[in-house]
Amino acid sequence: MLNRTDLIIKSQDRTDGQSISEYIAAGGYGAAEKAFSMPREAVVNEVKAAHIRGRGGAGFDCGIKWGFMPQPGARPHYLVVNADEGEPGTFKDRKIMEQNPHLLIEGCIIGCYAIGAHACYIYVRHELHLAKERLWTAIEQAKDKGYLGKHPFGKSYPVDIWVHTGAGAYICGEETALLNSLEGKRGEPRLKPPFPAQAGAFDCPTSVNNVETVAAVTLALRSGGDAFSRMSLLHEFNDGGVRLFGVSGHVKRPGIYEAAVGLTLRELIYDLGGGILDDRPMIGVIPGGSSCPILLPSEIVDVPGDRRFEPFNGKSVLDLPMGVDTFRSIGTMLGTCCAIVLSDAADPVLACRNLMQFYKHESCGQCTPCREGCGWLDRLLEKIVAGTATMNELNLASEVASNIAGNTICAFGDGAAGPMLAFVQKFRASFEDYIQSGGSKQTRRLAL
Amino acid sequence: MAFSLTSEQSAELEQIVARYPVKQAACIPLLHLCQRANGNWISDEVILFVAEQLNLSPSHVTGVVSFYSLLNEKPPGKHQVWVCRTLSCALRGSEAILKHCEKRLGIKSGETTSDGNVTLRTAECLASCGSAPMLQIDEKYHENLTVERLDTLLESLRSEPKGTP
Ligand SMILES: Cc1cc2nc3c(=O)[nH]c(=O)nc-3n(C[C@H](O)[C@H](O)[C@H](O)COP(=O)(O)O)c2cc1C
Ligand code: SF4
Ligand code: FES
Repeated sequence: MLNRTDLIIKSQDRTDGQSISEYIAAGGYGAAEKAFSMPREAVVNEVKAAHIRGRGGAGFDCGIKWGFMPQPGARPHYLVVNADEGEPGTFKDRKIMEQNPHLLIEGCIIGCYAIGAHACYIYVRHELHLAKERLWTAIEQAKDKGYLGKHPFGKSYPVDIWVHTGAGAYICGEETALLNSLEGKRGEPRLKPPFPAQAGAFDCPTSVNNVETVAAVTLALRSGGDAFSRMSLLHEFNDGGVRLFGVSGHVKRPGIYEAAVGLTLRELIYDLGGGILDDRPMIGVIPGGSSCPILLPSEIVDVPGDRRFEPFNGKSVLDLPMGVDTFRSIGTMLGTCCAIVLSDAADPVLACRNLMQFYKHESCGQCTPCREGCGWLDRLLEKIVAGTATMNELNLASEVASNIAGNTICAFGDGAAGPMLAFVQKFRASFEDYIQSGGSKQTRRLAL
Repeated sequence: MAFSLTSEQSAELEQIVARYPVKQAACIPLLHLCQRANGNWISDEVILFVAEQLNLSPSHVTGVVSFYSLLNEKPPGKHQVWVCRTLSCALRGSEAILKHCEKRLGIKSGETTSDGNVTLRTAECLASCGSAPMLQIDEKYHENLTVERLDTLLESLRSEPKGTP
């Protein structure tokens, strides 16, 4: 059900962002003040009740993650905010940082307190210069007000926040690569365990959370955790609150829209996104960033044995509420909740190739299956598009992708393999047409 | 000639180092600072300077520089243009934008104009997919591009001495 809200990006249409006085006038920093008057554990419980599923892609529950942090002891704890936004199709965190930076800063203050940290690093992708500038300004303003520093809200619990920046590498969005990068190293993912909660930044207990997740924490403390969770249509799935939905590609009104969790793809694409450009048919939609396997509008929800799916079974996947577990159950992922829409003007084989060029370029090269596999897929796709590949090579492409999945240090490998397998399976005829007749039936273009 | 920072830049260096529990963490921010101070690239002298400031081995710093695409191992043109090529932009015509840039500048992606004014490159998704097609010039995003607007932008690079720093 379409239930639009304006809690995360109230100042959506303002290019200058929101000033701290406006933010405070609307109740801003009240949530942090409230949190600082509560015991640490109670704050974590409030976040647990909010059922904030990680907005960075994996959908892990924020309260549960914070619950894994050890009791504060001799070693410092760190909160690290993932603002490396680089997943193709994703452009929501930038919106929060540019247009409502205080919502994030307030969440960082609450987060530090909740996990026993006194220092927070916001790792911002280097290219996002405006976002960095707005965050630094917001930090200075919060410091001036006494919300940050030695005695936030009069309590002797020092909190400092710094903006840190990368230098251009998609893989640094992966949380352990991000930590290596923060420590001044090459941004290569680490083997897990140990998990960041045990040994993260500077070998100390650390929680890495996405920008939107941390912003949602502010909202949860403001309204109360349970009330926040119940704003969602998927409260029953422990997938709470409101979130940002992005839509790009072949829609009339691409952009970021805020709504209760549980919006459907049809509502996102047709109601909010204004429908398909030139009113053409849609051939597919990548639901939440390029690593999520593509869905066809003809696919039907079929999840037997779970009562919660009864209202949706037999319907189009476009009418299934968008949630972490609902989308996992239909063989794709919700990811970052930013959809990429393809009309029939787009050639699915070229779309697949475009994405595999991305993965080949961005593999960090540590694991052989990922490094070699992504390069191999790119070369096979080049041959397919050139019309010089054989049917065996098409099958080989699926085999190579299957061999990457599950055999790597980080989830990048799965993120590359999943889309490749889905494209070949769901658009097999288009791939075969390239092999048999050089793509004579394909549009051979991506743009309209 | 050995690389050095102005006193103002040195003060910034101090501030950066103070943010972290270990000096090494200042490596990337300091490389950005030095790159700006050194005509937008990391020379061997810069590597030695950063290594010495942070008590790191030059080979560590070299390894870091080679990992990140925005740390330039060679001097780029006065202006850097990145055209986003990834899927959301491609669906809205980034290929035509890139071709037009190549034609207007008379260079291929990855090259620098012979007068050293502009380096043209492609970028992977720049988190601006809802305003595709787009490109970045130096530190600024230009979104919802059309070929007409692109012409104006490229023209402005020619006449201006230097865009936003
Ligand atoms: C290859 C790769 C890239 C990622 N990029 C990002 C990113 O840009 N931003 C982000 O928040 N999470 C990204 N993630 C997910 C992070 O590893 C991590 O799960 C997330 O930051 C945790 O925050 P959350 O629980 O609040 O979502 C990426 C993961 C992988 C495997
Ligand atoms: S899966 Fe790929 S990106 Fe991840 S660590 Fe291995 S080589 Fe690097
Ligand atoms: S694909 Fe170009 S900005 Fe995301």
